[in-house]
Amino acid sequence: MADWPLRDKICMVGIGTTAYGSFPETDSYGLGAEALGKAVADAGLTYDDIDGLIVNRIPSYDRFAEIVGLNPRFTLLTETPGRFSAISLMIAAQVLAAGEASTIALVYGNNGRSQRMMYGGGAGTWAPWGMTSPGAIHAMMYRRHMHLYGSTSEQLAHIAVAFRKHAGLNPNAVMRKPITIAEHQASRFICEPLHLFDYCLVNDGAVAWIMTTAERAKDLRRPPVYLSGFARQDTLVESSTPDPELWYPALQRVAAQVYDRAGIARDAVDGLMIYDNFTPTVVFSLEGMGFCPRGQGGEFVRDGTLELGRGRLPTNTSGGHHSESYMQGWALIAEAVRQLRRDECGERQIPDCDVVQYICATNCATSIIFRR
Amino acid sequence: MASPTAYRKPLPTIDVWNKPFWDACREHRFIAQKDNRSGHVWFPPGPVCPTNRSSDWRWVDLSGRGTVWSWVVFHQKYYDGFESEMPYNVATVELDEGPRIMTNIVNTTNDKLRIGMRVGVTFRDVDDRIAIPLFQPIAEGGT
Repeated sequence: MADWPLRDKICMVGIGTTAYGSFPETDSYGLGAEALGKAVADAGLTYDDIDGLIVNRIPSYDRFAEIVGLNPRFTLLTETPGRFSAISLMIAAQVLAAGEASTIALVYGNNGRSQRMMYGGGAGTWAPWGMTSPGAIHAMMYRRHMHLYGSTSEQLAHIAVAFRKHAGLNPNAVMRKPITIAEHQASRFICEPLHLFDYCLVNDGAVAWIMTTAERAKDLRRPPVYLSGFARQDTLVESSTPDPELWYPALQRVAAQVYDRAGIARDAVDGLMIYDNFTPTVVFSLEGMGFCPRGQGGEFVRDGTLELGRGRLPTNTSGGHHSESYMQGWALIAEAVRQLRRDECGERQIPDCDVVQYICATNCATSIIFRR
Repeated sequence: MASPTAYRKPLPTIDVWNKPFWDACREHRFIAQKDNRSGHVWFPPGPVCPTNRSSDWRWVDLSGRGTVWSWVVFHQKYYDGFESEMPYNVATVELDEGPRIMTNIVNTTNDKLRIGMRVGVTFRDVDDRIAIPLFQPIAEGGT
């Protein structure tokens, strides 16, 4: 079979991130503009080089372009859920491959914390029964997983503990104080069976990436990080209720494509960035990609498997959504790039890092394989 | 007109497709759309059958029985109207006719909830326009 036409053709060449926290003096436009400025400088480019713009979580693409003074050939505002970080990246890669833009800036800005954003409440199909919030859907799915496979809440604690440990090595992480399994178990229930420490951290902040073709990437300031492969499979039928298969078939389809497309085997992955809005997605992601058999994700994450310096698969080395900040996948992908550059992660550097895989288990399941 | 009521929970958002469902609930009937050719039953209501995209369907009375697929217990308040019942449960119920819905399991306690338990519909009248379908344990052999 011929190689996937996009393999290693598109690169991440600039990364910009703001501080994460509560910044009521600015907003998602201000934060986004700051991150974009950093990403442009990181790439060694000027704003005149940017002819494509994808904006996410910032309310208006035209207002943002007006603010930063851009008249791109291609501009797009993508949907607000975090699954659209990887989707935005894939769209940018396809636009670049088609020649409809040569250098695309992707900008995510969120001021959810200072706006007291609540994920839940409001109208919806199930509001009359009090069913609301993404966390409750994950709680419902994980209860099912516990029933089918005997997994436990304590297994999820190992995920939260590992990511908090990593956050302690990341000066930009919001929550850096180590936690224990017992502290996770003692934290209050938000939506049972999920505890407080199974939930991500809503903050203000922004992330920007600059993407271009491998051809153009060669001469830029920083070494390029290549998109070796990506794949996506949606599960939208009967999606008003939790997927009875816990997204496993979709993730398996993604797994069947992404390694082939990249020409990189699963065993060659040095580190993982897993979309961790709630800890159960880590279990679903590891099973779906085949790192462990179906149903054994809970057992698999025990005893430090995901911990830097300890386990085989260092995961969310920045602290992820649980401990760095919930930047809806955007900061996890920035961390993938930084790991592959090998000179920006300090104490949290994965040794000899050649390949990092991003995985997002949602009703739009995605995965991306990055290499240096 | 609706009589004064202390009901403070969110009310359904009625649209052109689910209006017959909510009208039936007011009469304590539990209905769904059924495709006339394939026999497929689905929920939430929509303009065509999601399996064969046909608009040749009709509303049918359901048994009102189903099996708990999973459940959660809310400890975080998202709606003022649920405050007095916290912590409250929400279950996904697989109806005997196929569709899965989300609902509250009533006339039991949260510690008695189990995946696989059999439940049947009951209605809570909100006012003279709206009744909310809830589910309660029923005595019969589990499947």
